[in-house]
Amino acid sequence: MTKPTGVSRRRLIKTAAATAGVAAGSGAITGFPVIWAQNIKNVVLKQFGTGVSNQNAIGEKVKQDLGFTLQMTALDSDAVTQRAVTQPKSYDIADIEYWICKKVFPAGVLQPMDTKKLKYFDKIVPIFTTGKLTPNSTIAQGTAPHSVGFVEGKNSTKFSAKPTEWFTMVPTIYNADTLGIRPDLVGKPVTQWKDLLDPRFKGKASILNISSIGIMDAAMVCESAGLIKYKDKGNMTKAEIDKTLAIFTEAKKAGQFRAFWKTFDESVNLMASGEVVIQSMWSPAIAAVRSKGIPCVYQPLKEGYRAWGGGLGLAKHLSGLELDAAYEYINWYMSGWVGAYLNRQGYYSAVLDTAKQYMKPEEWDFWMEGKPAAIDIMSPEGKLMEKKGTTRDGGSFAARMGAVACWNAVMDEDKYMVRKWNEFIAA
Amino acid sequence: MIRTIPAWLQAAPLALVLGVFLLVPIATVVVVSFWDYDQTRLIPGFVLDNYADALGEGVTWKTYFSTLRFALITWAITLLLGFTVAYYLAFHVTSALWQMVLFQLCTIPFLTSNIIRMISWIPFLGRNGLLNQALQGMGLTDHPLDFLLFSDFSVILAFVHLYTLFMVVPIFNTMMRIDRSLIEAARDAGAGFRAVLTDVVIPLALPGMAIGSIFVVTLVMGDFITVRLMSGGQSASVGVMMMNAMSLLQYPAAAAHAVVLLAVVLLMVAAILRVVDIRKEL
Repeated sequence: MTKPTGVSRRRLIKTAAATAGVAAGSGAITGFPVIWAQNIKNVVLKQFGTGVSNQNAIGEKVKQDLGFTLQMTALDSDAVTQRAVTQPKSYDIADIEYWICKKVFPAGVLQPMDTKKLKYFDKIVPIFTTGKLTPNSTIAQGTAPHSVGFVEGKNSTKFSAKPTEWFTMVPTIYNADTLGIRPDLVGKPVTQWKDLLDPRFKGKASILNISSIGIMDAAMVCESAGLIKYKDKGNMTKAEIDKTLAIFTEAKKAGQFRAFWKTFDESVNLMASGEVVIQSMWSPAIAAVRSKGIPCVYQPLKEGYRAWGGGLGLAKHLSGLELDAAYEYINWYMSGWVGAYLNRQGYYSAVLDTAKQYMKPEEWDFWMEGKPAAIDIMSPEGKLMEKKGTTRDGGSFAARMGAVACWNAVMDEDKYMVRKWNEFIAA
Repeated sequence: MIRTIPAWLQAAPLALVLGVFLLVPIATVVVVSFWDYDQTRLIPGFVLDNYADALGEGVTWKTYFSTLRFALITWAITLLLGFTVAYYLAFHVTSALWQMVLFQLCTIPFLTSNIIRMISWIPFLGRNGLLNQALQGMGLTDHPLDFLLFSDFSVILAFVHLYTLFMVVPIFNTMMRIDRSLIEAARDAGAGFRAVLTDVVIPLALPGMAIGSIFVVTLVMGDFITVRLMSGGQSASVGVMMMNAMSLLQYPAAAAHAVVLLAVVLLMVAAILRVVDIRKEL
């Protein structure tokens, strides 16, 4: 890279990086962007979604690799749902969770993607296409991503039970959630969801106050305690909702909970300050507590995980060059760099083969295989996350994603559930 | 007719602002409160379900009761505190300069956002917070006091902290207008401190107290963030209830609650105005 003549240094690096990306991704330097024209530089794609995957580093890398601008807005999941439906012109790409997709797609604000235009479609983790991680897995309860992953046709808003050529969203990021604990303060091993209501933790437990997710955690607890047996935790009957919340209301009145949290930082603060020693939590929140030097474990539990997943959907109004650019962006998203970036934060990416090529073998072994870290594990920003020798909570990808008990969901009795949830909070 | 044109013009800007930014939004809320909805859509129409749902639920009554309780307790404490502070500033501090300095001092905390002022209580009152550490250090208690944070106590503490100034300002204002010769006359007539307070100062400061009360009551009734943060999400208020409905795209339900809340607050304000005629006594 000495003395670039006639080409600016920036451009050279850009091209080099893009070439490397494509080369590494597809194994050949053929499929270079079809519409790699000058005018694509003027394209601005507006993406909005939850904070987890709307990360600035991705926007910068897009500019570098693809040349066009990706503007990102991060909102909480409630606001995302609202905006997706009520202001469909305000975005080009919606970065939403699958249960939000179940609400939003039928409103006709998104257009399905043509799977033939998705270069890595065949390599997507089968959870998102057939619903089964391995041919023998059972499909988890709740809004499983594959169940809202396809629609019947190009202009259809009706979800298809079987894979079709029309993909609602390209999966970007997903994970398996469980309870977080303070191992130094719990005083006994925590092994089951029901431990959340253990009287030992009176006044020191917390649950998240986002009704659609909180109710699932509550259901995991009730089922674990043997109090209720659900047909589908992601789609409860009125009676099941009543019973679940009656159990939790009783616990609340008995002073089991210290607080309910609604935002990421609230959960971090509750745990870091020791106000709470056991609570529903998200994996980056665990990392945030640990980075303060405070021990915190994302405890795998006997009954399995509550999983969530998000993806990118295309706004209905996209067409022409912008639509091409959006496909270009999505193919790039799955080509490995982003996957590695997300995997290194403890999330999972949709196309594992390509991500692997962007990760050190030791990183791959730690994050994906559940092996003890052979080197110090760094965050994408270069901060120390885990010291050499530690093992990821919950183990390998197969162990964690293979033990999903249910997916975040939106229920048929949604209205009723929200009313009951409000009652629980007010009780 | 021509003579009235300047008057119309003078009134026009305010009428326009109130019309566009107050009446139209309220009318919209009222209209939407009669609409139907499903998971993603608002369906224009005229249904009473939202009101039936809102008023028929035990939780609504419970939530209104708890919101009213917060409002009442906060009102009583801020009135007492506000009156005392205003009285001190108006009658005990004799130098006009010091009066202004001390008054400004009261307002300084309001230069920061009220969310920051509220959140700063959390590390102070927490289980391992400064206050608990101090109490334990002094040997006053051997275990952390849990009621200090994420409780009704902390909610009311935050309300009092946030809203006392809204009492101080109008009360101080009316007290400064009280003719000092009236107080002298009362003293000359043999009135003691208590008689001057109850027969002269309080009646003349009533309009200020009423204005302050309207501020505090409406602010507390409409609040959602203080209750949510300071109770650790464990208490409900009418505002929190509306937020929950809105976050699930149930706008008509939220609108119905908003209309009911508006009616309740207007009734409360009317009751206050019935007791104290602000205009007559200003």
